[in-house]
Amino acid sequence: MTERIHDGTAGGTDDVQGSPDTTDSSNSALMGTEGTSAPGAGGDGAHGDGELATRDGHGELPARFENPGLPAHVYRRSDIDPKAAIRREREVATFFGLSTLGTVLFIVAYFAIKPAGKSGTDLLDAVSLSTKLLGLGLGLALFCIGVGAIHWAKTLMPDDEVVAVRKPMRSSDEDRADAVAALKDGAAGAGLGRRKLIRNSLLGALAPLGLLAIIPLRDLGPLPGASLAYTAWKPGRRLVTDPTGRPIKAADVPIGGVIHVQPEGIDDAEHPIDERAKATTLVIRLEPDEITDPKQKKWAVDGIVAYSKVCTHVGCPVGLYEQQTHHLLCPCHQSTFDVTKDCAVIFGPAARPLPQLPLAVDSQGYLVSSEDFQEPIGPSFWERGER
Amino acid sequence: MTRLSKPLAVLRALSRRRRHRLAPLLLLLLALGTTGGAYAAFAPTGDAAAAAGASTQTLAQGRLLYLKNCATCHGLNAEGSGTDGPSLIGVGAAAVDFQVGTGRMPAKELGAQIQAKRQFFTDGQISAMAAYVASLAPGPAIPSEEDVNYSDANIAEGGEIYRTNCAMCHNFAGSGGALTRGKYAPSLKKTTPTHMYEAMLTGPQSMPVFGDGTMTPEEKRDIIGFLKTTSAEPSPGGLALGKIGPVSEGAVGWLVGLGALIGCAVWLGAKAR
Repeated sequence: MTERIHDGTAGGTDDVQGSPDTTDSSNSALMGTEGTSAPGAGGDGAHGDGELATRDGHGELPARFENPGLPAHVYRRSDIDPKAAIRREREVATFFGLSTLGTVLFIVAYFAIKPAGKSGTDLLDAVSLSTKLLGLGLGLALFCIGVGAIHWAKTLMPDDEVVAVRKPMRSSDEDRADAVAALKDGAAGAGLGRRKLIRNSLLGALAPLGLLAIIPLRDLGPLPGASLAYTAWKPGRRLVTDPTGRPIKAADVPIGGVIHVQPEGIDDAEHPIDERAKATTLVIRLEPDEITDPKQKKWAVDGIVAYSKVCTHVGCPVGLYEQQTHHLLCPCHQSTFDVTKDCAVIFGPAARPLPQLPLAVDSQGYLVSSEDFQEPIGPSFWERGER
Repeated sequence: MTRLSKPLAVLRALSRRRRHRLAPLLLLLLALGTTGGAYAAFAPTGDAAAAAGASTQTLAQGRLLYLKNCATCHGLNAEGSGTDGPSLIGVGAAAVDFQVGTGRMPAKELGAQIQAKRQFFTDGQISAMAAYVASLAPGPAIPSEEDVNYSDANIAEGGEIYRTNCAMCHNFAGSGGALTRGKYAPSLKKTTPTHMYEAMLTGPQSMPVFGDGTMTPEEKRDIIGFLKTTSAEPSPGGLALGKIGPVSEGAVGWLVGLGALIGCAVWLGAKAR
């Protein structure tokens, strides 16, 4: 039930190719007019022949608005000018041609560039070139087909406005009655009311089905217990460089120097990655008189201080140390800690200062931890206060 | 009025003579002569020079260059001057070679950070200044060719050390990154191996010191080897986009990718003419 309003052939003839049921009842109901639908008015752009709805002198609205119909059809240049149509045709063909070129490029690149058998930089060079050419070829091949097709449809295919009338959603009364009857028949045939064993066992199967969704949630636990509150640092445990694992002589740490450290033998732990994540620590040497905090001074060795590298905000590694300002910066959210003030937070979202690791020197002059961190390291968690 | 006119005329004549064209030149020559004479009289004897292994002549040249170009900020005796320039006593030849060799010194302007620029002095002048500063107090020396020869470096190990110690500031591929208040860690892509080595030894500006005691020369070479190899490495996945991670990739994705999609959508919806 469609109706072509305009014939889009070049030259713009105005004949209407209406289907016979132009003015049937459903169409008229849709358009909201009494059989004077605007499309019948032809290509002169008239919006119906009734008077326009305007307020009259008494300020009253008319009882009915006239259907304004569809706006006038605008002809494209390719509809009017055959030369323009030929130009459009060539443009479309150019896009399709580009697509073919893309396909050829893809195939040539696939066979011409052979990364296999190469090594080192040559291999990476070949892979890089291959990736780029394959991507370019494939992209060109697909994109240009799309562009050509759309350009074709938009400039050359008919673009007449078309009215398509919706069918009613409701089924006929007979169909509805049939459906109800079929349902009732089926229920009676299954005999749910009669065969109690089946009904009850089915209920027994369906009811616990919800457990399948709930039980795997157990994997969210068990609660971490004390594992977050303590790290691998113990009294007398040596600090070793990360990742090279050498012990550090206190005398070797230059002023303004930074060392990323782990406890000695951390890789022998049961869960080395977990233990490394918790114990990771930053050693910094300041001028001893730059330290103002008495606790910080007490836990330092000759200006060498050690702080947890895990940010107290959300646990990123706080590693950006500015030697001149003594600011320690977290790369994730720019929390900034002042190392000369016991790593107090001077900027950013971190909630607490970084925990300090108490340091000492063993008999051979190597740096050791004299105790574990005195508070849980890293971001807040519910049981944090229970240590 | 008339009583004063004669002395005034004399003064005026004098002042006119004072402003003789050649007066500034004469003054300059006089000043240079005095400086040179004073220098000849007070120049340090060869002891320090012998200790630093540099000739007296080199040291004299270095000191002269220092006095002319550096002393304004770093003090006549390299003792530093408060906020403008730190003391250079004990910074060693490596610090001078890095700062002057990368063009950071002489500084163009004092800002959040002194920026690298074109090298201002010749290599000979730099080594003379480095020898002079090294003669003031012991400090890290300029690494030799062998020290920075990374042909035998363990690149994998260097990458591991780099990622733990350097990547947080200098980015995983050495592209550099931002610090606080306008300071930044520079890109390492064009830094020479010698300058990298010197920067680790001396800790210029915001950078911490990585002394030989805590990061061995071999580990430093490994890091240099890793950086030099990866920066020369092609990008097998396509365009590298500056290797600065999600920022540039996201920018291209959002601006170029989504922009192209929006452009296509607008074109699809537009009526042909």
